[in-house]
Amino acid sequence: MDAVWGAVGKLYGEYGASKSGLTMIDYDAEQGFAVIRVSLVAIDMARAALASMTRIGDKPIAVHVVSVSGTIKALYEKIKR
Amino acid sequence: MRRLYADLHLCPNLNDPKHVSALINKASELGYRLIAIPLPPNCTDQEIRQIQKLCAEARVDFASRIDLKPRTPNELLSNLRRIRRRFEIVSVLCDSKNVSRQAAKDRRVDLLNFPPTDFRNRFFDMAEAELASNSVATLEIDMHLLLTLEGPTRTRLLSVLRKEAGIAEGFHLPIVLSSGASNEILLRKPVEMAALASLFDLSKESALEAVSKNPVAIVKRNREKLSPQFVAPGIRVVRKGKDC
Repeated sequence: MDAVWGAVGKLYGEYGASKSGLTMIDYDAEQGFAVIRVSLVAIDMARAALASMTRIGDKPIAVHVVSVSGTIKALYEKIKR
Repeated sequence: MRRLYADLHLCPNLNDPKHVSALINKASELGYRLIAIPLPPNCTDQEIRQIQKLCAEARVDFASRIDLKPRTPNELLSNLRRIRRRFEIVSVLCDSKNVSRQAAKDRRVDLLNFPPTDFRNRFFDMAEAELASNSVATLEIDMHLLLTLEGPTRTRLLSVLRKEAGIAEGFHLPIVLSSGASNEILLRKPVEMAALASLFDLSKESALEAVSKNPVAIVKRNREKLSPQFVAPGIRVVRKGKDC
């Protein structure tokens, strides 16, 4: 989550990051999935920030947004499908 | 209608078939249905067929591409005369004003590329955009630089891209967003590429067109032109023979 905040902060500054309302809801390290809550106005900002991440620490990574949903229940159903 | 997403600048190591295959499969997994890989001018038909086979296995359409880096306008013209009919997409890296003007004017050039970090030699201005809008050239932006660069260099690049995207939109010049990815880590989904384009103030609709409609239109137009039935724009041979 620190890496995500760092990416948002790098691209949009502290002001932009404060508008995003990022919160970690769930994280599955085995599957490599995370569920992140973000404010509606900042969805594209969050997408861009997640797409801009290329490493966490020394480890090269790529983050892809699997799905976006208004409720957590609908999100999990989408992911299952 | 569902969008068909395209990435016209995948850059795998062509000497390593496993790397090529991995990159193509990753592009397919991320939702791209059309990809283009730059090939050397002396590539054989067998090499192209091999890549086509890998793409067919990954259920992705393949378009052949060549990246030209001419030093002078005359060199560009002679290269175009030699290779235009052999490749479906021709991209020109414009690192001098004369080359960029000639490339923008020439209807055989599909994509205009500018040096990524040499900001003094980026000649995409209003004159260039006007020339390009009267031909078929399209401005290409490689997005991998936004991922690999950091700090002041990235800030400067974003500033330059914002200016160029604004000029292109002003002249109704199509923009193509390509990954320019040489490994899987640098590949992003089409919607994520569109989101990254918002960093230089490209609207969401324009950005989605830049990863779908614009690149697909280039390949469709060129395939029609390169087909044996093509005579002139809007004219093609339907049937041949004695009793037509």
